[in-house]
Amino acid sequence: MTASTPEAAGGGAAVSTHLLRMRGISKSFLGVRVLHGVDLDLRAGEVHALVGENGAGKSTLMKILAGVHQADSGTVELDGAAVAFEHPLQAQQARVSTVFQEFNLLPDRTVAENVFLGREPRTRGMVDARRMNADTAQLLADLGLTWLTPQAPVRSLSVAGQQIVEIVKALSYDARIISMDEPTAALADEEVDLLYRLIARLRERGVAILYVSHRLKEIFDLCDRVTVLKDGALVDTVDTATLRPDELVRMMVGRPISSFFPDKLPGTAPGDVRLRVTGGGNDQLDGIDLEVRAGEITCLAGLQGSGRTEIAHALFGIARFTRGTVQVDGRTVRLRSPRQAVRTGLALVTEDRKAEGLALNQSVAANARLVLDAVDPRRAAARARRIPGLLSSLDLVARGPDQEVRFLSGGNQQKVVLAKWLATEPSVIVLDEPTRGIDVGAKHRVYTLMRELAADGVAILMVSSELPEVIGMADRVIVLRDGRIAGELPGGTTEEAVMALATGQVPGGPMS
Amino acid sequence: MTAPRPAHRSSGASRVAGVASALFGGGSATVFALLIVIFAGIFAMNPSFMEPPSLMAFIKNAAPLVVLAIGQYFVIVAGELDLSVGSLVGTQVVIAAALIDGEESRTGPVLLLMLVFGVLVGLVNGLITTVLKVHSLITTLGMMLVLYGANRLWTGGAPTGALSEAFRQPGRGGVEMPVVRLLPWSLLILVAVVIAAVVVMRRPYGRVLIAVGDNEQAAAFSGVRVWQVRTAAFVLSSVMATLAAVLIGGYAGVTAQVGEGLEFAAITAVVLGGVVLGGGRGTVIAAMAGALTVEALFTLFNQLSLPSTIRPAAQGLIIIAAVAYAARERSQPAPPVDDARPEPARS
Amino acid sequence: MSTTVDTATAMPSRRRRLGTTELVYMALLGVVVIGAVIVAISGGNLLSTANTVEMLSRSSLLGFVALGQTFVILCRSLDLSVGYVMALSSLIGATTMAGDPARIPLGIAAVVLVAGGIGLANGLIIAVLKVNPFITTLGMGLIIKGYLDTRYKGPAGAVPEAFRQFGYTRIGFVPLSAAVMLLAMAAGIAYLRTSRTGYHMYAVGGSEDVARLSGIRTGRVMITAHVLCSIAAGVAGLLIAARFGTGSALVYSSGYELDSIAAVVLGGTFLMGGRGGVAGTLAGVLILAELDTVFNVLQVDPFFKEVLRGVVIIAAVAIYARRQVERRATRARFGGDGDDGGTGPGRAPDRPPDSTAGGADGDQVVAGHGGDR
Repeated sequence: MTASTPEAAGGGAAVSTHLLRMRGISKSFLGVRVLHGVDLDLRAGEVHALVGENGAGKSTLMKILAGVHQADSGTVELDGAAVAFEHPLQAQQARVSTVFQEFNLLPDRTVAENVFLGREPRTRGMVDARRMNADTAQLLADLGLTWLTPQAPVRSLSVAGQQIVEIVKALSYDARIISMDEPTAALADEEVDLLYRLIARLRERGVAILYVSHRLKEIFDLCDRVTVLKDGALVDTVDTATLRPDELVRMMVGRPISSFFPDKLPGTAPGDVRLRVTGGGNDQLDGIDLEVRAGEITCLAGLQGSGRTEIAHALFGIARFTRGTVQVDGRTVRLRSPRQAVRTGLALVTEDRKAEGLALNQSVAANARLVLDAVDPRRAAARARRIPGLLSSLDLVARGPDQEVRFLSGGNQQKVVLAKWLATEPSVIVLDEPTRGIDVGAKHRVYTLMRELAADGVAILMVSSELPEVIGMADRVIVLRDGRIAGELPGGTTEEAVMALATGQVPGGPMS
Repeated sequence: MTAPRPAHRSSGASRVAGVASALFGGGSATVFALLIVIFAGIFAMNPSFMEPPSLMAFIKNAAPLVVLAIGQYFVIVAGELDLSVGSLVGTQVVIAAALIDGEESRTGPVLLLMLVFGVLVGLVNGLITTVLKVHSLITTLGMMLVLYGANRLWTGGAPTGALSEAFRQPGRGGVEMPVVRLLPWSLLILVAVVIAAVVVMRRPYGRVLIAVGDNEQAAAFSGVRVWQVRTAAFVLSSVMATLAAVLIGGYAGVTAQVGEGLEFAAITAVVLGGVVLGGGRGTVIAAMAGALTVEALFTLFNQLSLPSTIRPAAQGLIIIAAVAYAARERSQPAPPVDDARPEPARS
Repeated sequence: MSTTVDTATAMPSRRRRLGTTELVYMALLGVVVIGAVIVAISGGNLLSTANTVEMLSRSSLLGFVALGQTFVILCRSLDLSVGYVMALSSLIGATTMAGDPARIPLGIAAVVLVAGGIGLANGLIIAVLKVNPFITTLGMGLIIKGYLDTRYKGPAGAVPEAFRQFGYTRIGFVPLSAAVMLLAMAAGIAYLRTSRTGYHMYAVGGSEDVARLSGIRTGRVMITAHVLCSIAAGVAGLLIAARFGTGSALVYSSGYELDSIAAVVLGGTFLMGGRGGVAGTLAGVLILAELDTVFNVLQVDPFFKEVLRGVVIIAAVAIYARRQVERRATRARFGGDGDDGGTGPGRAPDRPPDSTAGGADGDQVVAGHGGDR
């Protein structure tokens, strides 16, 4: 690596100076080119968005900056000096930090131990835990985060708390560049506010932030400039002030946003009630009354932790309703395991694809028939004959049915999960964040699939934290707050109305 | 928009490649190469080894370990370990000798009893691991101590009784035939077991078993009863150990040391076959090949007239080297899931 | 923004975190008390000097091995070669000393060097060649076994009288070997709490990726753990030589590798790494030694002892596993589940959705309702 110049950047910090210049970055994996001659500049004190569909090369570019991957060709300059990070440590020592999407924290260690991991302060050769805690407390206080205790184990923190620990860790290196990979993906809206304030403080300090996100709103709220990648190549870098959202989407996908949410298919009409919950409750939920009709897309909205996923889990027998009744097609059922739920005609596409949805080392075919194999082994072979057709109708891109799913992109992995559940021919399908972390093309396919299923008379319950998706797809919106139903809204409602119910505030009043 | 693209293309060539990779893929190519090299070595030392009678003798000798390795495979591929099989083999042989006590007529009932005992041990292993959530290394280590202690406690340290002639037939007997002279029962049993294991792994149960080893939570959320599937794997392992006990008892007779160290030999064989400890990867055929490789290694040592004391050292070296080689193959950089795609999604 | 809530959520888990080691020591106390009562009923005295001395000298041998094993298990590795390292060390120590008191330091140095070298080899194979630790150390054990079986046909070497004191001397009722073992344990605790490498062992065991991304040279940490583990087993081998007066190859069949793993796990260290510590291991070792002593005083059949030990180990780990499950449970938002007859505070299930704490609850989301899934 090269000489890092720790003091050079901070002092002058004229906004126009380029802190970082990446030029002509190319990278291939096993002959697959994922980056092709990409340029990126970062100025001190700017928030710079990096956008593109999944597979556009954002993560790879970020990882090259972080020293996780090394570029095949191209140059990286920090303050005018060429650098080539061969290890994340070198990047961090050059004050370039990265907050990855998967938390890089040790849940069993404390906040302070995590922040100073790898360079614990020492006194007379021994780790000085007291100083470490004090230094962490100081870092937290600087950011106005006095409510976080340095001695608390990370396991005890909320997702937002863990995200903050990540950022504090990055800051503790006195970072002048921090890249963040979808930092809001797992956050509730108030938590996003907290992050916004944190980013504003960092910007004041002259830190450059590279911000990777799928959420357009954040890009326009937060970022000064945006760099768009497509299929591993640079499309353009533009000021967000001069850009409209639909233009940005067109740059990303080459498709206008209006066609994004497909219309209902002709002949789709609400039918009988397929799923009815009356007075459902457990230690996380209370007084849940819910009806889902055939041919209808019902959406569960609400903040993170409001009980959306908990309802999906209780319906699917992962958790249980300890109070109230559940009826499927008019029959009262007791759902005590996913197996019973499947037998009753339910399907659940879970929120976390990699942890809960797929056996990543297994083939596309094995994953797609897993539910049939598990629940109906005698007829599995016969019922699995539909799967190849399902997969190709979902436009799955894979080398073949024997390819292991870990080699697929997020969108194609999600298609395998969908095929797995469609193969069971469910009468009610619960989709928990079905478009999280997948590219725009795959998103669109998921939406058209939902319309097709509704036309076929399947009852659909969608859990989503993306309000445009809720508004664009739902026939009815049920809003949750703190484990209870806060209210129900018809299709075509506004984001403001949903948020008002979700936060318990009067529409038009001050938002948090 | 997306041009409809055939998701599955199958030409003759890719189908052959698919079958080959299904049989030999998943990091298990090493074991077949190693097996061939060792066999070539044995043949070079002693060309008569390839004559049917000595091959048959080799099979008879190798059969118990192959059977154990197949049992261990079910447990390992589901993400667990079974350390109790060695002492289970020992206990079963001792039970057989003590209860049969040389009486031919008792052979059948005692075999049945052994089967019941084996199933019971597997059930206990499986239920403690799955229901009480004790790591299987600890569960089966505890079971190993319990079986070892109970066995010695019962016999007072020296096995009593004798096996019947009928009991010893599967391990040492065979069918008179031309060419091979004696076609051993153990070969027939082995072939049956291997075929059954391959069939099981291609059935829904087998696929669910691997899925559980790969991602337990995803399997559970797909309606798999994880505890049942894993418990069944432990039962399969114990039943295989029981069968191995019958073969070993017949082949080698009854001693106090029967079964000692077999658990590690079986795990070694499975891992040598490229089956990953931790579950979710590897084929049963490769596990079987791993066991054959271990046994072929011993035969090679015989041919080289290596002193028996140095054999463990050579065995240890070869295991580490083989697994290191396989690990090197596996750690070839794979494209990151999020960014690299075999083909662009849109054209 | 409610800023106080999060510290409040952190508190209970800290209390629970301390609990595991406490539980192990309570279990030790339980074993001692119950054992003493049973022994008293059969007319003996478990806490007599003779029995305490016996318990402590039993614990010292396993203590050294388990101490080393703790380091590797914390790193999410394990060492199945320790029994063979012990045997080899006893032989190297005894033959190097060859009965000459002047050669004692030489013997110790030789053992530390050879054992450390074996640990280095284990660590290198695991960290650099990426071979599974189970296979690596199993293979290493076989290699040493082959060497031992070929090179030594029986006991060899002679330990000078001065060194035999290590095996027999007592300070009060504490055998010297146990005192050294306790000192080593204390050093182990200090090492994990005050050295960077100690901190990094938890990181490597918790998540190797996180450790590496934080700039920790994970390979070095893993190698250090294995070197320490093998040296600890080497010291145990020296102790055997001191007790027997000669080196013995047969020690390897005593099952110390699995016993030490059992002691570590019994001490509350997580077999999958990243959690636990030496203090718990000491308790685990003492529990196993006390059980052995009780069985001995009661003259339990040695084979029945094996059976009981197996059952105790499984039962103890099952209890820890149960606690682990509880620890993962999310906090309840609504009490009084209908199906258990109202043990909870018994909130009415059909409470109106907007009764008491509507607005305030909204803020709690920030503080931790996201849960730690």
